[in-house]
Amino acid sequence: MFYREAGQYKTSYAADMAVFPLREDRIGLAVIILAAYALAFTRNDFLLQAVMIPFLIFSLAAIGLNLLTGYAGLLSLGTGGFMGVGAYACYKLMTAFPEVNVLVWILLSGFFSAAVGVLFGLPSLRIKGFYLAVATLAAQFFLQWAFNRIPWLYNYNLSGAIEAPLRTLFGVPIIGPTATAEVRYLVVLTLVIGLTWVASNLVHGRIGREWMAIRDMDIAAELMGIKLFQTKLLAFAVSSYYCGVAGAMLVFLWYGGAEYTVFDINQSFFILFMVIIGGLGSLIGSFFGAALIFIMPIGLGIALPALLGPFGINVGAEVIEQLRFMIVGALIIFFLIVEPHGLARLWQIAKQKLRVWPFPY
Amino acid sequence: MRAPDTPILAKGDVLLAVENVSLSFGGVKALTDVSFDIRKGEIRAIIGPNGAGKTSMLNCINGFYHPTEGRITFKGATRRRMRPYEAARGGIARTFQNVALFKGMTTLDNIMAGRSLKMRRGFFWQALRQGPALQEEVEHRRVVEDIIDFLEIQAIRKVPVGKLPYGLQKRVELGRALAMEPELLLLDEPMAGMNLEEKEDMSRFILDVNQQFGTTIALIEHDMGVVMDLSDRVVVLEYGRKIADGKPEEIKRDQRVIDAYLGVAH
Amino acid sequence: MDLLFKIFVEPFALMVSAPDLLAQTLWEGLVGGVLYALIALGFVLIFKASGVFNFAQGIMVVFAALTLVGLHEKGVPAVLALLLTIAVMFVLAVAVERVVLKPLVNQPDIILFMATFGLTYFLVGLGELIFGGEPKVMITRELFLPQGATDLQLFGGVVRIQHIDVAAAVVASLMIAALAVFFSKTRIGRALRAVADSHKAALSVGISLDQIWIIVWFTAGIVALVTGIMWGARSDVSFALQIIALKALPVLILGGFTSIPGAIVGGLIIGVGEKIGEFYWGPLIGGGIETWLAYVIALLFLLYRPQGLFGEKIIERI
Repeated sequence: MFYREAGQYKTSYAADMAVFPLREDRIGLAVIILAAYALAFTRNDFLLQAVMIPFLIFSLAAIGLNLLTGYAGLLSLGTGGFMGVGAYACYKLMTAFPEVNVLVWILLSGFFSAAVGVLFGLPSLRIKGFYLAVATLAAQFFLQWAFNRIPWLYNYNLSGAIEAPLRTLFGVPIIGPTATAEVRYLVVLTLVIGLTWVASNLVHGRIGREWMAIRDMDIAAELMGIKLFQTKLLAFAVSSYYCGVAGAMLVFLWYGGAEYTVFDINQSFFILFMVIIGGLGSLIGSFFGAALIFIMPIGLGIALPALLGPFGINVGAEVIEQLRFMIVGALIIFFLIVEPHGLARLWQIAKQKLRVWPFPY
Repeated sequence: MRAPDTPILAKGDVLLAVENVSLSFGGVKALTDVSFDIRKGEIRAIIGPNGAGKTSMLNCINGFYHPTEGRITFKGATRRRMRPYEAARGGIARTFQNVALFKGMTTLDNIMAGRSLKMRRGFFWQALRQGPALQEEVEHRRVVEDIIDFLEIQAIRKVPVGKLPYGLQKRVELGRALAMEPELLLLDEPMAGMNLEEKEDMSRFILDVNQQFGTTIALIEHDMGVVMDLSDRVVVLEYGRKIADGKPEEIKRDQRVIDAYLGVAH
Repeated sequence: MDLLFKIFVEPFALMVSAPDLLAQTLWEGLVGGVLYALIALGFVLIFKASGVFNFAQGIMVVFAALTLVGLHEKGVPAVLALLLTIAVMFVLAVAVERVVLKPLVNQPDIILFMATFGLTYFLVGLGELIFGGEPKVMITRELFLPQGATDLQLFGGVVRIQHIDVAAAVVASLMIAALAVFFSKTRIGRALRAVADSHKAALSVGISLDQIWIIVWFTAGIVALVTGIMWGARSDVSFALQIIALKALPVLILGGFTSIPGAIVGGLIIGVGEKIGEFYWGPLIGGGIETWLAYVIALLFLLYRPQGLFGEKIIERI
């Protein structure tokens, strides 16, 4: 009833090419963004610190991987490693040049992981599919080793961990022990919105089409004049940039400190699962996937003890973690079988239904 | 749609010359000492029984395979080991025997992808999608819409091509090749698996492309009726060798061609 | 200059001056390589027959070993536990065929590959839920496997050979031989190869895909169980094994996805390569390079020969 395209005529190609051609979609997006900003003022630390901040950061990482895997069709198992490069680069930069604002370093640190991503993307010239996936495992294990065994990266801290020093923006602490969850949330939200906007621009233009072209039919793309190698490397660079920034944000705007184990292969897999469940080749799907995979265990942690407690069954944290593995694994198989385009596709179908509601067609 | 940029060659000049080309994979010879030319503005058919090396020939012309011997001259320039994207940049476009569309993309995006070569705005503007990048996008969209009108596929503009019936997929593929504004268009069995009506439509598009835009066309086709009606000249391959070359009516009478197609008693 | 010396001279000098150390390192590398080859073998079996690149082979190794030890812990006699574990692997094969493979038939390879990630995580969760996450000790003695070690006097030094390692090498060789016979001589083996070539063509001559897939996944499960027992006996049974088992992937890249000899040769190269690299060059950059050396070797190899040692050159067609 309220979600209709009737009467909205597009009078120019520019209007038809808009990312959200429907007025209702644009209004909806504006409402969501406003609501997201409004959340900061609830001052609910649990909601912000334990749910929203990590959800947004994982969404950003998932967008990064989705650009590579979902759009350009290059499967990567090295996401954790690339995120780590961003985090460690950011740490080195901001401790070496404390006078420069940390936000600058967070955004620049992505370029370091982009460079590393390109380096490990070089084999994509000659190999694809699971061969490439194994090549990215090399990145994962090598980088994880480097974060552990090269003390220079963590400034020779005895703990082997990197920790967020106090840094401010206009006098307000944005990272470090005294930065409040609200401030960090606002910073994360703004960065994620900005970077999502850029990603959306890229995938809707020439570059996005070239990525999808090499994904769907690389030979035809090459015969049409698309340079495979450059296009693939660009995908690696942009994807790793996003992962790197997400990694830096993960450590400094969420955990406050971390060691190399944060960037292990399980991290890579969970980001990949977010992409698969959310929907390969869909930006909004990256948010759905991150929400499902990240928020589900929190939900389980609250729901299961409440449900099973009365029956005298004790549900410990490790059981929740084990269940999480099982459920995620089963969900992956389920989605690949039933809806390979993930939650994003379900969302699309729901919108389609809403468009004609209350009629079936 | 604009005509191809500043034709250097006049109609009837040799656009592409294939000289003594051989191609082998390991010990298997796909092509042996094949020579022929394609002239500006003509429709040139390449025919032959299955496995005669027709598709391999097209693959050589647009740089996907590299001839083991011989050379290929396009627009006066001889190339050794050209990469496919160089051929594309030079103005050679192509459709495929088994439709090679980008299945996850819409008709519009498929044809827009054909414009990639012509788009100039770099990463920075693409990332912002404002100003010059948007302007460029609109400009090319206009060209693509012309192609969509020309091929009468307006209704499927925003349908992912994987969901389209085969005949329409072939049409979209032609559109994608046309979007490159090629000087030489290679069509690999554009009518395979089509019914009569679809074949008539496709023939009309091919003739229109050739006449309206002056695009030179090289065409592989099995339907002899279509070949004889459409093409200006025909080259016949059998077992990787050229066995005949000439006007359709000459080919029709050529004894070797008849033997190749009907079989000959040994 | 000093660095160059340390990279190019010192390690080789050490090899020559202490041949017993070199022999020890080589032996350990070879045994490790045999076990990598075993895991790779499981991959190859499944890849050949169903075109699925089974990422879950590593967790199947852990899962099989864990089931065996876990059952024994619960008081089941060793031999019965072994039989029960085999039964579990059979059930797993049937379940995988029904739940994962069959619904995904005709999907792109990469989708099936990702489905096995799902399988991996499911099995990790299930295994921990039932048997707990802490490392366990393999029931070596109960399975009549040899223990202890022999010290060989060699090259003026001592080379220590663990009996279990010898047993592992022998068992692995026997199993590989048995599989080779199974593949080439039996009716099922022929059917397997037919399925590997073309699912559709195999179906059309009356080969049952369901049956073949169950057989193959069951066989891979048995291979996993043997690998798990051997590996568990050398270290212990824990989920860390799963990460180590991933090293079968570089092995496959070296050997090619469809070649059993390739899996063996690749396994030995990786096993020996990483032990030698770790022992002689590792200390130069802080040690622990075993975690990634295999992958980097495979990566460099890929750039040079994408189809693997024994693979055929791929001609792309369009």
